[in-house]
Amino acid sequence: MKFKLMIWRQQDPKSKGKFVTYEITNISPDMSFLEMLDVLNEELTKNGEDTIAFSHDCREGICGSCGIYINGRAHGPSKATTTCQLYMRNFTDNETIVCEPWRAKGFPVIKDLVVDKSAFDRILRCGGYVSVNTGSAPDANLIPISKKTADEAFDAAACIGCGACVAACKNASAMLFVSAKVSHLALLPQGYPEKHERVMNMISAMDKEGFGNCTNTGACEAECPKQISLSHIARLNRNFISVVVTSKDK
Amino acid sequence: MINQLSSSSVGKKIIMSITGIFLCLFLVVHLSGNFLLFKNDGGAAFNHYSEFMSTNIFIRIGEIILFIGILAHIIDALVLTIKNKQARPIQYFMTDPSANTAFTSRFMAITGLTVLIFLVIHLRTFMVEHRFYEAKETMFDSVKTAFENPYYSSLYIVAMVLLGFHLHHGFQSSFQSLGINHNKYTPLIKKLSLLFSIIIPFGFATMPAYFYFKQFIK
Repeated sequence: MKFKLMIWRQQDPKSKGKFVTYEITNISPDMSFLEMLDVLNEELTKNGEDTIAFSHDCREGICGSCGIYINGRAHGPSKATTTCQLYMRNFTDNETIVCEPWRAKGFPVIKDLVVDKSAFDRILRCGGYVSVNTGSAPDANLIPISKKTADEAFDAAACIGCGACVAACKNASAMLFVSAKVSHLALLPQGYPEKHERVMNMISAMDKEGFGNCTNTGACEAECPKQISLSHIARLNRNFISVVVTSKDK
Repeated sequence: MINQLSSSSVGKKIIMSITGIFLCLFLVVHLSGNFLLFKNDGGAAFNHYSEFMSTNIFIRIGEIILFIGILAHIIDALVLTIKNKQARPIQYFMTDPSANTAFTSRFMAITGLTVLIFLVIHLRTFMVEHRFYEAKETMFDSVKTAFENPYYSSLYIVAMVLLGFHLHHGFQSSFQSLGINHNKYTPLIKKLSLLFSIIIPFGFATMPAYFYFKQFIK
């Protein structure tokens, strides 16, 4: 297969970037999108040019490192996949593919397609954990949790923090990410006691990072590689309301 | 509590949804009352109703609350929209929003702004004219004259279509913002939202259409 690639090139966070067009041939349809970029980088190296920077790690869709805005979609056209799990067979021969980094105030570009996602870490630091030592893993079924609740918590915990929700949202809102963390911990007995402090602290951390507001368009849910549901955002909203209504602070 | 709501992004959305639901309820009341226009009595019942609505003390208090609601909805929308625009300083070169969102959900600011412009024209024609100036004619005659004008009545119908788009997303979205999301009820709320966004604007649009076409039937 052969493709025409329009890739965002930006030397460093301060410089002004631009699109550079590359032609690539001899691509196997079974190559992943990142492997295709590897091939292109090999060619660039051979020609003595600067290679294209993109983030990646596990390449099996579980780490959340990769993320490219491909042809106007976060992680490209396939549903419930990360960029590393996107295969070239999903594109047509001779197609022009536009590659952009995640665009958000909270995710500044470091180089080319790599963005700084440390805003997510800073949000997590404000409550995305259980603050007491809960000891080593307890015996199975020592703390009874219904299957339904455990499944729901696990669905939220599947969030890999890739940032596709922010990238896909027209307001660059991080609500799906934050709600996944809030939901996952609030549903389980270890995280439950701190759910009120957690929701308030994480929301204010999210606001400080410059992410937009949730307008319930559902783009995040549609683009999330882990298919995290909007119902977690609703749970975050419920927790927020219950704090505002029941808070003893004047 | 107000401070907690207005200072946080989630709180601002809650204000948006509560004022939105309040305005939806107002639409129902406004539409029901206006159906008196269709009573075939030369406007007597409608004029009586409009007289009552503009003089009764409880309605006047309700009116003040309504304007506070409208103002809060607009100011909150303005603050949220500015913040949302700032959250993505560099736009994407290529986007495919129709792949993952309904178009009504993407144009809330534009449809809302159109409804606001319409509201100003609407209030100027009817409320301001009768409340603050010596109106030469009854409210029914004002409505009749206005709607017999093809430009004015088509403006109304277009505005109602845009109101419908605004309600289609707004109605169901307000429930989500209030944390009401359930496997069983959310699909029902979405259906209700579609129904509401068709019935209410359609009801309002029948009025200019009725008066415009009626003038040709003698």
